[in-house]
Amino acid sequence: MKKQAKLALEDGTILKGEGFGYETTKVGEVVFSTGMGGYTESLTDPSAKGAILMSTYPVEGNYGVCEDWYQSDKIQVEGFVVREVCKHVSNFSYQKTLDDFLTEFKVPGISGIDTRDLTLKIREYGTLKGAISTEEIDDDELIALARDQSDDVGSELVKLVSTKEIQQFSEDFDKKVAILDCGVKKSVIQEFLQRDIGVVVFPYDTDYKTILDYDPKGLLVSPGPGNPDSIVESITTIQKLANRLPVFGICSGQQLIAKSFGAKSFKMKFGHRGGNQPVRDLETGKVYITSQSHGFTIDKESLKGTGLELTQINLNDGTPEGIGHEELPILGIQYRPEATPGPNDTKFVFDDFSKMMDDY
Amino acid sequence: MPIDKDIKKVLIIGSGPIQIGQAAEFDYSGSQACKSLREEGIETVLVNSNPATIQTDIDMADTVYTEPLTPELVAKIIEKENIDGILPTMGGQTGLNITTRLGDLGLIDGIKVLGNDVDTIKDVEDRDLFAEFMDRLNEPIPKCRAVESVEEAIEAVEEIGYPVIVRPAFTLGGTGGGVAHNEEELIEIASHGIDMSFINQVLIDESVLGWKEIEFEVMRDKDDTCIIVCSMENVDPMGIHTGESVVVAPAQCLNDQEVGALRDASIKIIRALGIRGGCNIQFAFNPENGDYKVIEVNPRVSRSSALASKATGYPIAKISSKVALGLTLDEIKNDITKDTPASFEPTIDYVVVKIPRWPFDKFRGISREIGVQMKATGEVMAIGRTFEEAFQKSIRSLDMCYEGFEYMDYTEDDLAHPTDLRFFQIYSALKDGMDINKIQELTKMDVFFLYKIKNIVDFENDVTLEKLQDPEYFRKAKQMGLSNKTLANLTGETEEYIKNLANRFNVKRSFKLVDTCAGEFEAKTPYYYSTYDEGNELTVSNKKKIVILGAGPIRIGQGIEFDYCCVHSSLALKEENIETILINNNPETVSTDYDISDKLFFEQLNFEDVMGVIEQENPDGVIVQFGGQTSINLSVPLANAGVKILGTPYESIDRVEDRELFADLLNKLHISQAPYGLANSFEEAKEVAERITFPVLVRPSYVIGGRAMEIVYDNNELEEYMKEAVKVSPEHPILVDKFLEDAIELDVDLLCDGEDVFIAGIMEHIEEAGVHSGDSACVIPPQTIPTHILDTIREHSTKLALELGVKGLMNIQYAVKLDEEMVYIIEANPRASRTVPFVSKAIGIPLAKVATWIMTGSKLKDFDLTKEIKIDHVAVKEAVFPFLKLPESDTVLGPEMKSTGESIGIDENFGMAFYKSQLSAGMDLPKEGKIFISVKKQDRKKIKPIAAKAKELGFELIATGGTADATGDSDIEKIKKVSQGSPNIRDAILNKEIDLIINTSEGKQSAKDGYIIRRLAIELGIPYVTTLAGARAALNAIAAVQNNKINVKSLNEYVEEI
Repeated sequence: MKKQAKLALEDGTILKGEGFGYETTKVGEVVFSTGMGGYTESLTDPSAKGAILMSTYPVEGNYGVCEDWYQSDKIQVEGFVVREVCKHVSNFSYQKTLDDFLTEFKVPGISGIDTRDLTLKIREYGTLKGAISTEEIDDDELIALARDQSDDVGSELVKLVSTKEIQQFSEDFDKKVAILDCGVKKSVIQEFLQRDIGVVVFPYDTDYKTILDYDPKGLLVSPGPGNPDSIVESITTIQKLANRLPVFGICSGQQLIAKSFGAKSFKMKFGHRGGNQPVRDLETGKVYITSQSHGFTIDKESLKGTGLELTQINLNDGTPEGIGHEELPILGIQYRPEATPGPNDTKFVFDDFSKMMDDY
Repeated sequence: MPIDKDIKKVLIIGSGPIQIGQAAEFDYSGSQACKSLREEGIETVLVNSNPATIQTDIDMADTVYTEPLTPELVAKIIEKENIDGILPTMGGQTGLNITTRLGDLGLIDGIKVLGNDVDTIKDVEDRDLFAEFMDRLNEPIPKCRAVESVEEAIEAVEEIGYPVIVRPAFTLGGTGGGVAHNEEELIEIASHGIDMSFINQVLIDESVLGWKEIEFEVMRDKDDTCIIVCSMENVDPMGIHTGESVVVAPAQCLNDQEVGALRDASIKIIRALGIRGGCNIQFAFNPENGDYKVIEVNPRVSRSSALASKATGYPIAKISSKVALGLTLDEIKNDITKDTPASFEPTIDYVVVKIPRWPFDKFRGISREIGVQMKATGEVMAIGRTFEEAFQKSIRSLDMCYEGFEYMDYTEDDLAHPTDLRFFQIYSALKDGMDINKIQELTKMDVFFLYKIKNIVDFENDVTLEKLQDPEYFRKAKQMGLSNKTLANLTGETEEYIKNLANRFNVKRSFKLVDTCAGEFEAKTPYYYSTYDEGNELTVSNKKKIVILGAGPIRIGQGIEFDYCCVHSSLALKEENIETILINNNPETVSTDYDISDKLFFEQLNFEDVMGVIEQENPDGVIVQFGGQTSINLSVPLANAGVKILGTPYESIDRVEDRELFADLLNKLHISQAPYGLANSFEEAKEVAERITFPVLVRPSYVIGGRAMEIVYDNNELEEYMKEAVKVSPEHPILVDKFLEDAIELDVDLLCDGEDVFIAGIMEHIEEAGVHSGDSACVIPPQTIPTHILDTIREHSTKLALELGVKGLMNIQYAVKLDEEMVYIIEANPRASRTVPFVSKAIGIPLAKVATWIMTGSKLKDFDLTKEIKIDHVAVKEAVFPFLKLPESDTVLGPEMKSTGESIGIDENFGMAFYKSQLSAGMDLPKEGKIFISVKKQDRKKIKPIAAKAKELGFELIATGGTADATGDSDIEKIKKVSQGSPNIRDAILNKEIDLIINTSEGKQSAKDGYIIRRLAIELGIPYVTTLAGARAALNAIAAVQNNKINVKSLNEYVEEI
């Protein structure tokens, strides 16, 4: 049976569609991603925690879902908004349909939405808080749920996705990297392991001494959800380690590094989510197509006097895409060099950091 | 300054006449290249022998040459124009081939080749070099070996592995190959293939049949920035040429890792090749395990890049041109958003479906099977929010009276041996409940697509009148791409009822933008498609605005000439500050470029869909004159719906298309036409034929490009024709005209403003009446017609135009019997004809623009167009045929149009102009050697002077018995026909003893002998003529070229002299 579903927005809009996935009601920030594939990866990305994700591509689920593609052990988003869910899947590696996948992880989905129209709305008004329901629920009640969310959630979300215990991968490698886990993706860990670098994953609030006890050659601050301002524990740890280890920050990890040096970040109107963002390396002039998924970014002006410097910028809107430091071995990258989903073109960033660790 | 300062003047090589596999997409890319380079301050010189493209308009490039595309002549242009750089990547394979030849001949030393090095081109064009190159990159390609014995074949397969595809190298019609799954089959197919091959060679290919075919459009600049413009997935499996496949963008069934792997490979390849610009890479993708192989790399813009450009809004040819000059992608702006750079990857939020358009309606009797050889002449594209919607819209765009998927008869064998009708057959099989997995096994198509078609079938099965009363359900029906007509058929209601229902529910089509970025940034370019999602992005201005209806897909009889006219019309209106709204669905052409019109609607040209635009835009008028029969057919329904048709009153269309009304009109004006009659049955036709006497020309009363037109000589032929013809057009009777034997045909293109008439061009046809005017070569000015006859033609034309109240263009065809001093009118069309661009170029007047201005109120006097323009040069138009691509087709010309494109030849005299037109059409007429002559009985009495002339020009002659005797020249060598035993003419042709073939034969009865000779000529590339008039013109041309050097002169120079 087709089930009704609704998406409520903080501005009072109610959009009706067909439900899929789990029968439940969830709240979150409605964001859009312009990537044309890779929904499994996006849905399981811990930094998407707290978001109701919408795909701008109108047909989703075409090639099903395979567990190998998971970026964490479950779906992280609060809900999935699509124009159409494909019911008859085709791909040799698929294990389940998108519908079953959402049901399995108790996540609601809504289809039959004019996603382009909603995207244009978000483009105009900025990210909107929303509530998605695949249950019987009153419109006003759902709108109230959409509105009744705190604005700048941060550490609560990170707490939810960060590892509870220290985890080690390939301990026998001589060279090890410490990952401060604010919501790390499996593929980031994979990138290190593929380069014969062992990985130790630490909870986001681990103090610096504990990390140093493992004798890592460098620190990676992982991407993660929410407002970086509130993740003070991570910022403190980075402050302590920045002159002791090469530090690499990806996505919100870059912002946390910036903050630890006194720079600021701010919430963007609707962020960058997709696999087609052009970035220029200011030193070499090279342009790369990157995968991105972030709603906050560094305030460029605030870098002044922090010792940090801008190394890469986004060619669409000029926002910072990379930072370095005048003296210290620091590498900040706003986009997603690990891809999954999206273009693999900037995986060399992991080589760069590996070299940084070797040179230190 | 990023651009190489040494490059000031660039030569752009066009692709020449439209042919199968190299068509309108290069009209688009070359035009974009010209514009793009000029924007950067580069002086442009264009060479292209195609008169129908907008590219060869003198305002497109700084200097335009329409000379034949041979290395020698291009080298002359390079020298004359003092060229600094060549852009070879915009003219298809022709552009690349000429450039490599120029390189090999050492003719471009010191001149920069932009975009690609000559070596790069060779790395991907040469089979062995390509294999080596891919091996170095560690990218897999299907293995292939050429072998000359069965033993070698077995050995080859040990390396390649079964199954293999065995293809004889060089056979008549490419026949004799097959798939071998084991040694037994291999021995059988290979030995047969070796026998069939003229060079006793077969190619053994590793089979990737049944794999998926995926294409990537990649761009790279000199700083090594690479982007993927678009991924595309063929709905048809490997084994069907991508030009023959239904293609969907973006790729639908690949997961992120798979896309990543193909993307990485694409970037690796384009970087290794060092291409500066666009490149198309084709992959075979194994859906069983995710393996892939690189099938083809095209280091240039292509049909696929045109499709990708229209599908995404990212103009590949334009950007490629700039990148070739040395600009980097981040220095170029994205036209659509205006403030983001071109160094990004377009992302789309809709589904695009492309369907090819095939010429099988013109070549009855040939196989409709599709495969590795491209046969389609054009294509349509549609955009929707679902695959189902996009596919159905695309079917409607074909302009073949389909409303979407339609039921037709099929067999399982049909599903396994795809033809142009395969999707209708799949739909029908699904409708009959055939198991989807079984269909998958037969068709090798991904079940993803089959299920999508099944969704439509299921929905249609579910529709009832009652259910349609629910507005949400109604909207779903429209989102499935079902037209009002289809819904009417499904519910037993009228179309009007469905339309009213839609109005009542306020289920209106919405228009969404193609913006390259899925809504992330604001789009500044109004490039729209319709859908039935709620959000409508259309903004309607309150300016004066006019809708121009396009011509749909390129097909035989309706080529790019019409697109040319639409573009001119749009530009003319823009100059008048009128908002232009263009509706068309052809992804290959210039008219669907988003910067031609103020608004572009990429839509079907059906009544419902056109009205959908008109209802919301509420334009001041609609122009139907330029889109060929497609738009003309809409004039009456649109006018009935209260839409203002600009220009010639729409009633006049009926006055010339309805035979009885036309006869009345001619009587009134005292213009003669050949005796005729109308018939609804064989008996009636027979009666008419006997009254007006055989031979007669028969055809349905509404025709386009001479569809189903035939000359019949007796009752038997007539009966056979009537059986077939009635199917063609059941609502309209059959026309039976007296066929005027040995008449000369003339075409007139004129402009009329209702008060004055401007005769733009009178064209004399080379081939006699009976050959379709689109297939006949023609010349401006006429060469053999006395002045008083021409005056009669002028007078008739003027009277007719004024009587019909023509406002704009009109084309009239006449047949002249010189012996009787009689001028007969054949037909009149109050609209732009296919010769408009040719005439415009010959006389230097943009006819379509002037026609548009007349429609908006200007007078001919305003442009000083009162007297006919006399030209000192001679311009010849020759037709270009697709025979090589259609293996079973015969080359004999008749009333059914067969040509796909045309070439132009301009020079001081007819001989040289004709020679150039032939060379451009691929007929390299010999200056010496041996001519073979074999003519039909009726022609024998006229062969004597032709043979004498050939001899006088120094040729050796060889002829079949009857023809040799008819020449009365006992020196002529006689040779046996194929059916007379060997050695015969077939052997002589195969031994390359023959340099020119003159062969005429009687239409349908054409003996097998004639067919074999003509097919051999096609396959071996030997020049041939199939009419006596053609033979005379050819000898005339040979005489001219024997005595003179071939010079190059630009169109600009000719026009200046007028």
